[in-house]
Amino acid sequence: MSPILSVKDLHVTFGSEAGPVRAVRGLSFDLERGQTMAIVGESGSGKSVTSLAVMGLHPDSARIEGSITLDGEELLGKSDDAMSSIRGKRIAMVFQDPLSALTPVYTIGDQIVETLLIHSPMTKAQAWDRAVELLDAVGIPDPATRAKSFPFEFSGGMRQRVMIAMAMANDPDVIIADEPTTALDVTIQAQVLEVLKKAQKETGAAMILITHDLGVVAGAADDVTVMYAGRPVEQGSVDDIFYRPQMPYTIGLLGTVPRLDHSGDTALPVLEGTPPSVVSLAPGCPFAPRCPLADDSCRSIEPELESTDSPSHRVACFKAREISEQGHSHHDIFPTPAIRTSQYADLPRDERETVLELSQLRKHFPLMKGALYRRQVGTVKAVDDIDLDIRRGETVGLVGESGSGKSTTLLEILELSKPQSGAISILGKDTATLTRRQRREMRRHIQVVFQDPMAAVDPRMPVFDIIAEPLGAFKMGKAEIEERVFDLLDLVGLEASHADRYPQHFSGGQRQRIGIARALALNPEILVLDEPVSALDVSIQAGVINLLADLQGRLGLSYLFVAHDLAVIRHVADRVAVMYLGSIVEIGQVDEVYTRPTHPYTQALMSAIPIPDPGVERSRQRIVLTGDLPSPANPPSGCAFRSRCPKYAQLDSAQQAVCAGSAPVLSSCGADHRVACHFGEALTVL
Amino acid sequence: MARYIAKRLANYVVLLFLAVSAVYFLAASTLNARAVYAVRNPPVDPGVLDAMLYRWNLNDKTPILERYLVWLKGVFTHWDWGFTATGAWVNDDVSIKMWVSLRLMLIGTLAGIIVGILVGAWTATRQYKPSDRAFTGFALLIVCTPSFVIGIASQILAINVNRWTGVTIFEFVGEAGRHGSYFGAVFFDRLQHLLLPTLALLLIQAAFLSRIQRNLMLDSLGEDYVRTARAKGLPKSKAVMKHALRTALIPTGTYVAFSLATMFTGAFYTEKVFSFPGLGAYFVDSLMNPNPHGVVAVTAFSGVCVVCGAILSDIAVAILDPRVRLG
Repeated sequence: MSPILSVKDLHVTFGSEAGPVRAVRGLSFDLERGQTMAIVGESGSGKSVTSLAVMGLHPDSARIEGSITLDGEELLGKSDDAMSSIRGKRIAMVFQDPLSALTPVYTIGDQIVETLLIHSPMTKAQAWDRAVELLDAVGIPDPATRAKSFPFEFSGGMRQRVMIAMAMANDPDVIIADEPTTALDVTIQAQVLEVLKKAQKETGAAMILITHDLGVVAGAADDVTVMYAGRPVEQGSVDDIFYRPQMPYTIGLLGTVPRLDHSGDTALPVLEGTPPSVVSLAPGCPFAPRCPLADDSCRSIEPELESTDSPSHRVACFKAREISEQGHSHHDIFPTPAIRTSQYADLPRDERETVLELSQLRKHFPLMKGALYRRQVGTVKAVDDIDLDIRRGETVGLVGESGSGKSTTLLEILELSKPQSGAISILGKDTATLTRRQRREMRRHIQVVFQDPMAAVDPRMPVFDIIAEPLGAFKMGKAEIEERVFDLLDLVGLEASHADRYPQHFSGGQRQRIGIARALALNPEILVLDEPVSALDVSIQAGVINLLADLQGRLGLSYLFVAHDLAVIRHVADRVAVMYLGSIVEIGQVDEVYTRPTHPYTQALMSAIPIPDPGVERSRQRIVLTGDLPSPANPPSGCAFRSRCPKYAQLDSAQQAVCAGSAPVLSSCGADHRVACHFGEALTVL
Repeated sequence: MARYIAKRLANYVVLLFLAVSAVYFLAASTLNARAVYAVRNPPVDPGVLDAMLYRWNLNDKTPILERYLVWLKGVFTHWDWGFTATGAWVNDDVSIKMWVSLRLMLIGTLAGIIVGILVGAWTATRQYKPSDRAFTGFALLIVCTPSFVIGIASQILAINVNRWTGVTIFEFVGEAGRHGSYFGAVFFDRLQHLLLPTLALLLIQAAFLSRIQRNLMLDSLGEDYVRTARAKGLPKSKAVMKHALRTALIPTGTYVAFSLATMFTGAFYTEKVFSFPGLGAYFVDSLMNPNPHGVVAVTAFSGVCVVCGAILSDIAVAILDPRVRLG
């Protein structure tokens, strides 16, 4: 069978003030009908640029060379009008951020109708009927009514379904999905991936799946292209890439990602450094500066993509033969740093001091309506009577989807004042009783690291001032501050020479280290971490995770670690609490919860997360939750999860009445394992 | 929606009442109608003058609070906005002059809005190209030049064009002038008089609005949904007009609603330069030849126009943006 889409030696170059940006250099692949090829890479690797080149959507200033043929027909060099008749008709695209990808002022139905009418001769009424059919096909409930809704009336997951409906509309030959689930919560991601698979099956289209999430690749792709600095560095079937990787970068990517199905007792191997800038590339293999195996030839000549023993598996690496012959794994190639263990590690949990305790913490927001005369129309129970305690030297992970109340919990703790109801006790002191002076003093002991390292530091302050600011606020002497700042830079793995540079000169990972140094400046005992690695590229995450673990060991810190990524939590946390709509539904020792999840929500959450192992993914039975998170202003009665609960659906009516009648409370279901479910049963989902 | 607008309206009415009252006190205490007669030769008999001013409620010997209450009663009971120092009724003055202003402004403003939006949108799609730079430079020149300079410069240009072509294309003194007796001559004459001020207004309005629209458009051109529209197969021009421009018009709607409502209050410089006896010129004349009731009436009228503009802009945004309408 001849390939439907064939890309040969694609080069894309943009002009910039710093010189030509060579975003893609020599990419080739063939794609057959019904097949899915994943392009994997970090930000700046050229994967999105490739998709826009196929669509012909680059600005005129971009120079595109090589050949892109669709069913034998050359696309490069076609006029924009000619390309317009192909776009949306034969090649369709699903973009990353569904919140901004739909025009806010037109209805969903109108936008799908538009897609249909440009390409096929039909009446508006016919197109509308077809649009409703398409919405039904992608699982939008009550499609005839919902077609008349505007995008802002849809949730993120629903909007992505609409995008998929639009992509399917004209029965395309190729669907390009550019990070289609990156902006979505995991349970919604699982739904959208299912819909995407269905769309591909119905249209018989070939699919290019662009993503940085190796788990998604393992579950969805047939072939994989790994890109680094604009170059394809390894290509092959999904099994070749995951089970027989030969390029150190691929091996590193696979090995440095925390795994949901592995307990995190050991440090992660680390891929040092950051991807190079594609503006000024040094000669040689672009990965050589980060590659422990690189020798002089790697640094002077760039290796070509060449076939290995199997013709479909191609690698651009001089060391590939050596790696495959000696069977190197990531442990052999990448250094695993030694992580110091905490002085409290041997002390049983019960004997450690409680450093942070929440009891019946509540934060309800009034829901207001009206422009001039505002009145309360409801209550959003953002945090609803939660209990949590953190002992000295341990890490407690707080997981949940957006809207579950994780961030509100953090903000309530950092407020250091009297909560709406319930109590917060830090280092044995009730925050409600603190005087102004004591509250200020307390700030020394509890500090925070934010999610977005760029937004959390002042871009107009040099690094020295950023780290020195909290010290100055607590009236420390000038000489003392200077010494402390350089100590801190060293502590987080930055160089003293970095002190007078500005945040924009640093990569994401380094910026997060600056944020950590600032948080540590006052020698806190508790660190609150709000998604500290979720904004970082995968190859950078491991370094920051290891740093946090090492700091905890050296300084005896206690962490409250908030994340939506369950794999990261499994790696870093000692205990984990799962939140749903403002309540903790399951809490316990981390391996216990991950191996015997008992709440149906925890089970669904874990089952929704793709695991970067194609064999495991193929054999997995996924629990896919239906619907979205209900509005926190109007949750179901009794158990808030019952509207989406797969277990609830299997219960008889008497049992269902129990769920609807009373909200379950946390009760013990094992040693250090409590769950809030009337009918909870442990299940193995990994 | 109706409730919301009614509430906003009630708020505005209270504010407007307070503002107009404040202007009354300011105007009545600083503008002395007696000054109009101070330079009369022969001098007017003081007793007769007092009686005259008293009749028109303009006598500075009456306590200001008393004058205010009389004036307020007149406004609320008879819709009587008072008299000028020469005995003309302010209601008549304003009701004539507001239409003069409107005739002067209407075409220039509307055409200026349309041209401004189109030029702004078009230059945004051609960012940093020579055409964009040329329009940007020209627009900035117009925005920086005081409007009376533009008015006078356009007249000098018009005289030269008239002289060069040998035909009187442009007329620019007053609203109407000599005209022939053929059918439609009166109308044609009026159009001829309007041509130059309309062009000047159009230029000013369009230059200003094109800057705003260009920036709004640049933001919306970079939006993901424009890329989605292109990915659906819309040619560039259609994607730009239907998706980018449509959303970039939402903030413009606010501005346009205001400028439409305030058209009645005129443009002082344009009216003066082209000798159109409109409301803007009337307001300044009322300050020069003390006419406190005229000042208050024009202020109140402008206030009403601004309130209408605010409501119009709320409605415009609600029409343009479903998020406001339904959210």
